Amino acid sequence: MTDIQRVDYQTEPAAYRHWRLAFEGSVATLTADFDEDAGLRPGYKLKLNSYDLGVDIELHDAINRVRFEHPEVRTVVITSARDKIFCSGANIYMLGVSTHAWKVNFCKFTNETRNGLEDASAHSGLKFLAAVNGACAGGGYELALACDEIVLVDDRSSAVSLPEVPLLGVLPGTGGLTRLTDKRHVRHDLADIFCTTSEGVRGQKAKDWRLVDDIARPAQFAARIAERALQLAATSDRPGNAAGVALAPIERTIEPDALNYTHVSVSIDRAGRKASFTVRAPQAPQPTDIAGITAAGARWYPLALARELDDAILSMRTNELDIGLWIVRTEGDTAAVLAIDATLLALREHWLVRETIGLLRRTLSRLDVSSRSLFALIEPGSCFAGTFLELALACDRTYQLALPDEPERAPTITLGEVNDGLYPMATGQSRLQRRFYDENAAMTAARELMGTRLDADAAFKAGLVTSNPDDIDWADETRIAIEERAAMSPDALTGLEANLRFNGPENLNTRIFGRLTAWQNWIFQRPNAVGDKGALKVYGKGQKASFDWNRV
Amino acid sequence: MSSINYSDKIPNNVNLSEDRALQRALEQWQPNYLAWWNDMGPEGSQDFDVYLRTAVSVDPQGWAQFAHVKMPDYRWGIFLNQAEQDRKIHFGDHKGEAVWQDVPGEHRANLRRIIVTQGDTEPASVEQQRHLGLTCPSQYDLRNLFQVNVEEGRHLWAMVYLLHKYFGRDGREEGEALLERRSGQQDNPRILQAFNEPTPDWLSFFMFTYFTDRDGKFQLCALAESSFDPLARTTKFMLTEEAHHMFVGESGVSRVIQRTCAAMNQLRTDDPRTLREAGVIDLPTLQRYLNFHFSVTIDLFGADESSNAATFYGSGLKGRFEEGKRTDDHLLHGQTYRVLAVKEGKLVEREVPMLNALNEVLRDDYIRDSIGGVERWNKVIEKAGIAFRLRAPHKAFHRNIGSLAGVRVSPEGQVLSQADWNAQVDQWLPTGADRAFVASLMGRVVAPGQFANWIAPPAVGVNRQPAEFEYIRFN
Repeated sequence: MTDIQRVDYQTEPAAYRHWRLAFEGSVATLTADFDEDAGLRPGYKLKLNSYDLGVDIELHDAINRVRFEHPEVRTVVITSARDKIFCSGANIYMLGVSTHAWKVNFCKFTNETRNGLEDASAHSGLKFLAAVNGACAGGGYELALACDEIVLVDDRSSAVSLPEVPLLGVLPGTGGLTRLTDKRHVRHDLADIFCTTSEGVRGQKAKDWRLVDDIARPAQFAARIAERALQLAATSDRPGNAAGVALAPIERTIEPDALNYTHVSVSIDRAGRKASFTVRAPQAPQPTDIAGITAAGARWYPLALARELDDAILSMRTNELDIGLWIVRTEGDTAAVLAIDATLLALREHWLVRETIGLLRRTLSRLDVSSRSLFALIEPGSCFAGTFLELALACDRTYQLALPDEPERAPTITLGEVNDGLYPMATGQSRLQRRFYDENAAMTAARELMGTRLDADAAFKAGLVTSNPDDIDWADETRIAIEERAAMSPDALTGLEANLRFNGPENLNTRIFGRLTAWQNWIFQRPNAVGDKGALKVYGKGQKASFDWNRV
Repeated sequence: MSSINYSDKIPNNVNLSEDRALQRALEQWQPNYLAWWNDMGPEGSQDFDVYLRTAVSVDPQGWAQFAHVKMPDYRWGIFLNQAEQDRKIHFGDHKGEAVWQDVPGEHRANLRRIIVTQGDTEPASVEQQRHLGLTCPSQYDLRNLFQVNVEEGRHLWAMVYLLHKYFGRDGREEGEALLERRSGQQDNPRILQAFNEPTPDWLSFFMFTYFTDRDGKFQLCALAESSFDPLARTTKFMLTEEAHHMFVGESGVSRVIQRTCAAMNQLRTDDPRTLREAGVIDLPTLQRYLNFHFSVTIDLFGADESSNAATFYGSGLKGRFEEGKRTDDHLLHGQTYRVLAVKEGKLVEREVPMLNALNEVLRDDYIRDSIGGVERWNKVIEKAGIAFRLRAPHKAFHRNIGSLAGVRVSPEGQVLSQADWNAQVDQWLPTGADRAFVASLMGRVVAPGQFANWIAPPAVGVNRQPAEFEYIRFN
């Protein structure tokens, strides 16, 4: 991957090409004004406020800025600067020229960003109001659907629509179908009409069908939005007068085969199609009170770690497609990790700590949905405790080295209270609950082990690791497991891992990542969408899509 | 069948009485239409007897008869050109197949959109022009305004008929919505922005009917090629009416020029201030109005690269101007067209797929056609022996859609900085002072045979009536 093609997820408001972020008291306004000529890749123009990955990278950044830099903000209004156009969704020409892998990665990230809005509403008291001031189609409506409320301008023209099926032969795959039903409880037959009617639904009917929460005439629209934004703000417990923490650019160096951050390193073994993620514990004492944390700002260890790990995951997912196996390692002092956890738990009600926990939660969730095999190697010098243990619990397999002859060097793992629900998966379960199917006996046993340093045998016995080879077997067992894994079909592994990882209860998020995404990714591969005469390929060229009419 | 059935409540040549459900639907729409006309039609005109032409048949000879009628009693109805036997689709992917007598399900949404967008402009222009009667320069002109208005109303009927007959309940709802939107109303605007701008004075009206109704002509011509035969037939008949509207515009501007040139020769001056004091509209002001209406109108053709344009053509919904007279393959795959773009401060041409450029193709056809009238206006100036020429501005001047949107270009086609634009824009587009001056000339002249000072009388009267003819009885 050359630097020119590398996708960088880091940006800042001064560098935005597509969004404007403005603040007024408890309300932030995020205004879509996508620069046609600033697509991330050549070959398409972002007309009519249509978006690509670059637009969503800015959106993701903007939401994080609001979370951390503007704790006084309680409502984010999402609207458009364009006349009569709110957002017309993902750019079709971009989809048309993109590889399958690009489309899937793009959709995954946009899904994560939209889920992030709901996550912020549920966990951080940050409310989102879609001020739909013009035509709102496809991914534009899916973005609105991810908000707490949708107000549609009633100018007798502007409609919300999901025209993917009739126009493009694909699904509203960024949560659209799922949110229509699971979130907004649109009756399924009305949803059927809505999703097959390219012009969409406007005005009172849109409200009657529950597609929007409210409608407002153009003359009243701004006032209605302002009023509703403040009402939503009143439901929030975000602090009124706290100072934010500036998210300075993260420090990193990108090398041909490595990503180096302060607390995270990734080294790539191209021949082995694998990468090693090493996460390092804090090396200096960390503040234990709010004053100290606030003074440390973005350098506060857990916040810095979360930002770095998030960037590393996104970068590896997008830029290193054939590196199919990620090996997770940790380095450092277990006590230092547990001290951080203690601070997180003690101060979790404070907005900055809450946001930091949220960022860690979402970053760990990114691991869960990454289409890479995840193996944890628990070796001497590692510190898989509490939050760090969550990394191992997220993996498909964990190997812990047993050193019966050198107990003082033997690596241990330590369960902490944070493993019991601070970082729920998309299913709403902790990774521990996922591991033990939330069975009482196993959960009780695990809780009794909290705080105890468990060597390989103890951890294996407790069911917390996959395998506990001793130093005679370790090298071969781990090498063979890794080589064997790296040789299997990447598609089959992606499907296998997604199925096994999400074994818990279904909810909106899991249905989006599981059912909707899986169907969409199937459709994205089919000639009816992407063949030479597929609907997605011929869209806008004046040619008729040609379908294979067989139902599969 | 070409003769029109006037015994029905709704005049028609589509055997409406045989389609009870449709007749009922339209008869329910009719009072709402009349309520709209009374509410939003020409102000204060409901009692006037107006010398209007009314279609009695769609044959080339017999589609107009003239009589004094009250406009609310005008026989708005549904007239389609005669069906062509065995008409075949002659462009796009369906080329060679029989034309459609019903809306194919797969094209429902796009056809509906085309018809609603076209339909919305018809009542919009009536609304835009509703106050003009109060400042008419003559009975002749007032009558022409009303003729244009009732025919725009009939064009609305034509579109509503298609919506009611072919689009089910959804079509009926759209038919209602066409009566509910209002030009320029913030809460309830017409669909296209150009139709939300006021037509403040008669010079604007003439420019509008010349330039903007000509856009209507080109859109209708493109729709007259449609594979959806009822749309093709109805738009063909609408075109015969549209021709009159453009005549009103062209002759109106021409008479303004004629009057101005006469004053210039009489006063032996081309000084705008002197001419304005003499109560006529100086030629540079006319040029600025022309620049404005030309540039705003060519925006109506849409973006220079358009996926909709490609889809509409490929699926056979909307052809090109005079599609039938063109000799290419009528599929256009793999062909290209040159559109303008700005690169490094200069206008350059770039090639784009022809199918996506069909808005631009239609715009260029329009420009060629509209320049013809400008040349005819120049003949009037020339005949008066005055060394001044009106010019259509460059295609990139004052544009607000597509890749030229917001680019600052002079009427001669030079790319400008914002500062240069600001410094010169008052020479190119009507200023507030221009509009105020033109408005100051607008007084009501309604005595038979009398004309406002700023406009010359027409060469011949409507239906060859004499100059003193009472076109309107004000009652």
